[in-house]
Amino acid sequence: MSIDKKIADDLVANDISFVTTVPCKQLAGVIEEIEHRDEIFHIPSNKEDEGMGLCAGAWMGGKRPAIIMQNTAIGVTINTLATLIQYYRMPLPMLISYRGELREPVACQVEMAVHTKALLAQMNIPTYHFHKQSDVEELDAILKYTFMCNKPVAILTDANFWGGYGDQ
Amino acid sequence: MIRSEILKDIAPILRDQLVVCNIGIPSQELHAIDDQPTNFYMLGTMGLASSIGLGLALSQPKPVIVIDGDGSILTNMGTLPTIANNVANNYILMIIDNGSYGSTGDQPTYTGKKTSLAKVAEACGCDRVIECRDVDTGRVLQEALDSGEMTVMVVKCDSGNAKMPVITMDPVIIRDRFMKAVAAE
Repeated sequence: MSIDKKIADDLVANDISFVTTVPCKQLAGVIEEIEHRDEIFHIPSNKEDEGMGLCAGAWMGGKRPAIIMQNTAIGVTINTLATLIQYYRMPLPMLISYRGELREPVACQVEMAVHTKALLAQMNIPTYHFHKQSDVEELDAILKYTFMCNKPVAILTDANFWGGYGDQ
Repeated sequence: MIRSEILKDIAPILRDQLVVCNIGIPSQELHAIDDQPTNFYMLGTMGLASSIGLGLALSQPKPVIVIDGDGSILTNMGTLPTIANNVANNYILMIIDNGSYGSTGDQPTYTGKKTSLAKVAEACGCDRVIECRDVDTGRVLQEALDSGEMTVMVVKCDSGNAKMPVITMDPVIIRDRFMKAVAAE
């Protein structure tokens, strides 16, 4: 089974039915997979903080949300994470393309990569790093954990996990 | 009219509806005028009222009224294409457009100059966009509810704020009682 299908299956199995996305090349496959799932309402966002607002509303409306975005968005969403998602204590799985790691071809991506884990740690956000394809086996447990504790939870997925950025 | 006068005017209409209210003085005014469990007050995160309201409207059937401001829409202008392209006919975005950043000292915004949010909303693809005067807010809002169509209202009014206390309610309590009101039969 492809990683993209496995991720979508885990989202559906955990009753996640509202997914917002801001694209990244590494995420293209999983975004396409989600777009085709009948169980998931896919709503593209123009910016990641907007997406988190949509997710907050969806959750208060009774749906389980998730956001799919690039790690550069951590720089965009610090205020939203602190004053909306964490302050009102809302669950939010964040599937994050971890650009700027090993096998990255674009130098500028490294500039946010070096801050990504430090920022997430500063925010007390539980953070998981998928580096090998087999790491995806933990996704189901991470999603259950997220909705157990009502917190934003980060799942960083690097180029090695996706099979190499330049190799796609 | 200033925003607080409009909110007093339309409080009887808002009372029975799910309302997502913008950060700062708008939420303080609504809270002081007519606090209801069906009100979700934003205590932070400028710009996201319209997005929270859209997510809510797309996820359950009850009407949702968002009380937003021109400054917050300008902060999150990307919200309008998302609203236009994901139609929720139980969604009303009411932009109180007083041409100023009210909560921070009434500094002017660009909507008091050359920028028309109604035209922006139309250009983004919103089908039912109504710009109205402050005194017509209640009528236009009731018509929007009765229309059963997604509506963007741009209410042109005067700049100014009422002196209201800050909201001291815990955010988790605001959120929890709101979710119970959303889920109630």
